[in-house]
Amino acid sequence: MGDIVKQPGRLRPAPENFLSEEQVKAVGSGRRDFLRKSFLVAGAALAAPKLVRAAEGDPNILENPAWTTSLGLPVATNPYGMPSKFESQLLRRESPGLARVGGASVSFAPLQGLFGIITPSGLHFERHHQGWHDIDPSKHRLMVNGSDDSLLKKAKVYTLDELMRLPSVSRIHFIECGANTGLEWGNVAVPTVQYTHGMLSCSEFTGVPLKVLLEDCGVDYKKARYVLAEGADGSSMTRTIPMEMVESGEVFVAYGQNGEMLRPENGYPLRLVVPGVQGVSWVKWLRRIEVGDKPYATKDEAVHYIDLLPSGQHRQYSSIQEAKSVITTPSGGQTLLDKGFFNVSGLAWSGRGRIKQVDVSFDGGINWKTARIEGPVQNKALTRFNVDWVWDGSPAILQSRAMDETGFVQPTYGQLRKVRGTKSIYHNNAIQSWKVIESGEVSNVQVL
Amino acid sequence: MFRFSKTILVFALFSASTAAFAFDKYQGVGRPATPAEVKAWDIDVRPDFKGLPKGSGSVERGNEVFEEKCASCHGSFGESNEVFTPLAGGTTKDDIKTGNVKGLSSGELPQRTTFTKVATISTVFDYIQRAMPWTAPKSLKADEVYAILAYLLNLQEIVPADFTLSDKNIADVQKLLPNRNGMTTDHGMWPGAPAKKGGIGNGGKPDTANKVCMKNCKPEVQIGSTLPDYARTAHGELRDQNRSFGPVRGTQTLGPEAAKKAADAGTLDLATKSGCMACHGMKSKIVGPGYSEVVARYKDQTDAESRLIAKVKAGGQGVWGSIPMPPNGHLKDEDITTLVKWILSGSK
Ligand code: HEC
Ligand code: HEC
Repeated sequence: MGDIVKQPGRLRPAPENFLSEEQVKAVGSGRRDFLRKSFLVAGAALAAPKLVRAAEGDPNILENPAWTTSLGLPVATNPYGMPSKFESQLLRRESPGLARVGGASVSFAPLQGLFGIITPSGLHFERHHQGWHDIDPSKHRLMVNGSDDSLLKKAKVYTLDELMRLPSVSRIHFIECGANTGLEWGNVAVPTVQYTHGMLSCSEFTGVPLKVLLEDCGVDYKKARYVLAEGADGSSMTRTIPMEMVESGEVFVAYGQNGEMLRPENGYPLRLVVPGVQGVSWVKWLRRIEVGDKPYATKDEAVHYIDLLPSGQHRQYSSIQEAKSVITTPSGGQTLLDKGFFNVSGLAWSGRGRIKQVDVSFDGGINWKTARIEGPVQNKALTRFNVDWVWDGSPAILQSRAMDETGFVQPTYGQLRKVRGTKSIYHNNAIQSWKVIESGEVSNVQVL
Repeated sequence: MFRFSKTILVFALFSASTAAFAFDKYQGVGRPATPAEVKAWDIDVRPDFKGLPKGSGSVERGNEVFEEKCASCHGSFGESNEVFTPLAGGTTKDDIKTGNVKGLSSGELPQRTTFTKVATISTVFDYIQRAMPWTAPKSLKADEVYAILAYLLNLQEIVPADFTLSDKNIADVQKLLPNRNGMTTDHGMWPGAPAKKGGIGNGGKPDTANKVCMKNCKPEVQIGSTLPDYARTAHGELRDQNRSFGPVRGTQTLGPEAAKKAADAGTLDLATKSGCMACHGMKSKIVGPGYSEVVARYKDQTDAESRLIAKVKAGGQGVWGSIPMPPNGHLKDEDITTLVKWILSGSK
């Protein structure tokens, strides 16, 4: 009974969005007076009016709200539907101080509030090197040529009209920036999963296997062992991709994303999809493919996206995003409402294939419990995991550890730093830890 | 497998597509690129200098072009940290000898500049030609790119002040780059064929080997690092970055009033303190345009922010009329950035 007095709503006051005692009183003195009075008569045994009101139940149930007692809006009020006005908090955001100019910066996806594995297109993370444009698809061209004539029988030009006539594939893949979690190599630096892991998204992409185009141009696979992909924006981003990946059929030229065309910020009208490889290779606003017999050492594979080792050497052409996972609920910068049951939920992914197992620890990695994986598990795609947890109110450290189908297990910070030091910037796939304290506040910590 | 010569033969005889695999298989899709089209777009320059345009440029000429077209963002000596990390600095004569920048391993480098990292001069040529200046990419002539590169190489003390860089000697300069021996491909993160089969890397062998352990996996939990206090609040009000219902709430890091004050009043204060409000109204013109007029004018221009930052810094006239705005060089750059961002976001 005492519990109910304290807890209208679910029957308990939470920090927000539940009625306070005062609000409940206000409701009680309004239209519901009639109800309350009749209840009083019926239940004369109840002592205090406060208890009476609570005992009646939740005003959200007892009082039909406006949406139940009036006419709603007609179809096509929003010809392109938008999220509820109550969903204004989950936005892609920049990390202050990370970049100096917005045109060469990153915005992070709000992983802390997303469900399942598909990132809503409007919340897909952004990384631009020279700003973004909304390109007129009728003026966009894709050229395929060779670094020299002997590598390709015929250099060709394709329009969107033509590309969209070709046999297409639709596949779900994650895309992760090579620098995701890069701020955290040395120490904890940012408060929430949005900023630690938010250069990560997953979509269903639709397009034409690059192999189809290269073969249509008469590629000589014997000589042409590399592909250069180039964008149409000011930076004309260029990246080298191995022909083995193209031949496997995995790499494709995409125009579709989650059932509609790509978003401008994600490369409209054409981008490359290179599953399992860091985002920079998924060249946006793709305008040209060159087949070549040598790698290209472009700016973003010779000055950036190179991993500094303690020896002073940089790893060049490091491209694969190795197995990684993170708990998104609860995560840093959040506060648990209460003791009791929680569905702990997170994401796992691997650039080497499918996720096979995810284990979760609540004691900083001493003991582990295998999480439920939500299937079907896709190749090189985000994979959602869930695990039951009853929080008893004492401090805890939550971690998740992914294993992929190759048997590779996500490393600890200690293991990763031992081989790569702390200045690598790229490819940090260490196990993430979230510390929970008695107040329920969750914060970012690193366990070695 | 595809037989190249045979297909060509058939193709030549019938001038129609054959299906050795899928060459020209999709009727009505794609057309041959003209030589002029390929030339227009195929501008990449490889480490073996394939694709390098002919031309030359001196250090002296490069100094002029750099001052005119690059210095506003990168500093006169490529040293600026304002818009991007510095281009120049951080290497020694000894590094030029060894081809390994020592500061990378000793930890003495405060920041990695372009020349402390790059091992291939083709990379820098290719990039400047394709992407710089940032707001007017692909506007440089080949000779200008050579000149700028000569100037940057001279800043790095790789070539003397009277040097002229050209397509003839660029390969020799390559052999002097301070970090030319600084790259390794001995890793497992290349998704193609390994080095021993003519590709790159070790064939996908990972460099960490964690194990799946379920019970009593270690004697104790060793915390390496926790969130510093400043970092807890540096990303604004976390409560407002989470749903207001569900199993958790965003932790209140600032408090609603503090958050709003910090953002709004702070900037208005700054604008007043910086003298901007003497000439600009929120909505309407005083001496210069009202801020909402500025917002309306630059609404869809993605580069407006950087241009306006430069304009506010340097002052100028002619966009809104003949009355000039005086230069604001006395203000801190980060303050100018804050002010312009604030103006463009509606001064709210
Ligand atoms: C309006 C500002 C601006 C101007 C003017 C400008 N740059 Fe840049 N520059 C940038 C930005 C921003 C980047 C980073 C782009 C990115 O993130 O990919 C950059 C990157 C570079 C880089 C790569 C550095 C590295 O380490 O990655 C070089 C080299 C460079 N600029 C040279 C030049 C030259 C030469 C000029 C003049 C012809 C020039 N820039 C003019 C803003 C500018
Ligand atoms: C002495 C008067 C004066 C002061 C002080 C002043 N401005 Fe201006 N401002 C002007 C005038 C006049 C213009 C119009 C210039 C033009 O037509 O190019 C202008 C233009 C601008 C523009 C638009 C530029 C463009 O290209 O359209 C911005 C943004 C701006 N000012 C911001 C600021 C900020 C921020 C400050 C304070 C740091 C400031 N101004 C201080 C007079 C002033």
